[in-house]
Amino acid sequence: MNIFTETFAWLADPLHWSGPGGIPVRLLEHLQYSGLVLIIAAAIAVPVGLYIGHTGRGRVVAVAVAGALRALPTLGLLVLFALVAGSGLMPPVWALVILTVPPLLAGTYAGISSVDSNVVDAARAMGMKELQVLFGVEVPNGLLVMFGGIRTAVLQVIATVSVVAYLPLGGLGRYLFDGLVLQDFPRMLAGSLLIAALAMVVDLVLAAVQRLVVSPGLSARSKGGRKAATDFSAAAPAAAAVQGGTA
Amino acid sequence: MEWFLANSPMVFERAGQHLVLALVPMVLGLLISIPLAQFSRRHSALRQLVATVSSLLYTIPSLALFIILPPLLGTRILDPLNVIVALTIYAVALLVRAAMDAFDSVDDDLRQAAVAMGYKPAARFLQIDLPLSLPVMFAGLRVVSVSNISLVSVAALLGVGNLGMLFTDGLQRNFVTEVVVGIIAILLLAVVMDALLVILERVLTPWTRAGSVKPDAHAQSGAAFIADAKVHAGAGS
Repeated sequence: MNIFTETFAWLADPLHWSGPGGIPVRLLEHLQYSGLVLIIAAAIAVPVGLYIGHTGRGRVVAVAVAGALRALPTLGLLVLFALVAGSGLMPPVWALVILTVPPLLAGTYAGISSVDSNVVDAARAMGMKELQVLFGVEVPNGLLVMFGGIRTAVLQVIATVSVVAYLPLGGLGRYLFDGLVLQDFPRMLAGSLLIAALAMVVDLVLAAVQRLVVSPGLSARSKGGRKAATDFSAAAPAAAAVQGGTA
Repeated sequence: MEWFLANSPMVFERAGQHLVLALVPMVLGLLISIPLAQFSRRHSALRQLVATVSSLLYTIPSLALFIILPPLLGTRILDPLNVIVALTIYAVALLVRAAMDAFDSVDDDLRQAAVAMGYKPAARFLQIDLPLSLPVMFAGLRVVSVSNISLVSVAALLGVGNLGMLFTDGLQRNFVTEVVVGIIAILLLAVVMDALLVILERVLTPWTRAGSVKPDAHAQSGAAFIADAKVHAGAGS
């Protein structure tokens, strides 16, 4: 029998869809770990990112720290936390938080600082208070770029939570490592397909949320302006990258 | 430190494997991305397709991809080729967008001036478009370099040899030192690679600092960072 038919047979087997090791339970665990990590990381990264983006203070420090954190190997940090802080749910969660803060922080900060400074000045000139400028002008205008950071962070968390099963905890990654130990390749492949599918579905959901939340004027959806807006969205990252390099 | 000195040949061997697994996909990714970006940039439908497919591929978690590839490629699960192909896919997904942005960043007036001066299309591409797009391209390359070096270690979970093995081994033996050495070694690799890319960029783009003050290293790493955050920004729309 072909490996793919075996894998689909494994996926179709009702036994694998019930009980404590069943797919729904593992899926729920996966989402719970990811959600917990994201909530903690967002509670840290978003306020700091908003502050840095709005005031421009601490930018150099934040970029340096976030850049250094980004080079940290995921697996190494997870193992280190598990060894030093012991087993259980929280050590890997804290390790994941450390890895999730950089993309969220960068996304938030880049989003706020991507807003045209003339727009911000105009808002101030109209008499808006600083908080009004931030939440009424900078956040809505920077939302498209901020979503880039959010989606990167969410995908990274979902991917990394699969590794947590190695420690060993639950989540969809269990199928990969159990399959590896048992030399049960269909189980590994099924687990991998489930993780990839989960990542894609979650990203699609976020893309849908992005369409709902981001102003049409920013996201290249407005009729007539479509072509021009597409060109803008393509040129924006390049412009930001260049600006970041010379500022 | 004593452990490191006693085991340094092993660590260096693992670091060598690690570097190969991270660098080969980066180079392959670059070689695939440049023609792909140059070609699809001129056809808006294709451009949309490339952007969508690349962001879709980018969503697949690495550990899952390392396992999905063997039956597709006909390789064994331990084969380093799986890692190279998987990371090349990520590198292309990231670099093709970076390369399109990079070519877009070249001033159209310069292209027209080159045409007016009699440059043939191939010569214009090699001597005008490519060099001028380097700053944006390097921002993408630096992101790929750091993320590849970090991702390679995940392959150790499946038994593919690299510095990540210090983590799996350290966990099994409950030996923190080995894990710390692994983290430091990977960080060093990432920092050294990043520095080499910065130096290479400076050598290749001497005009960017003509008459300007010394570029701020932090701001430059910020550029790579923002490029990373933006991989998805354009993709979702």
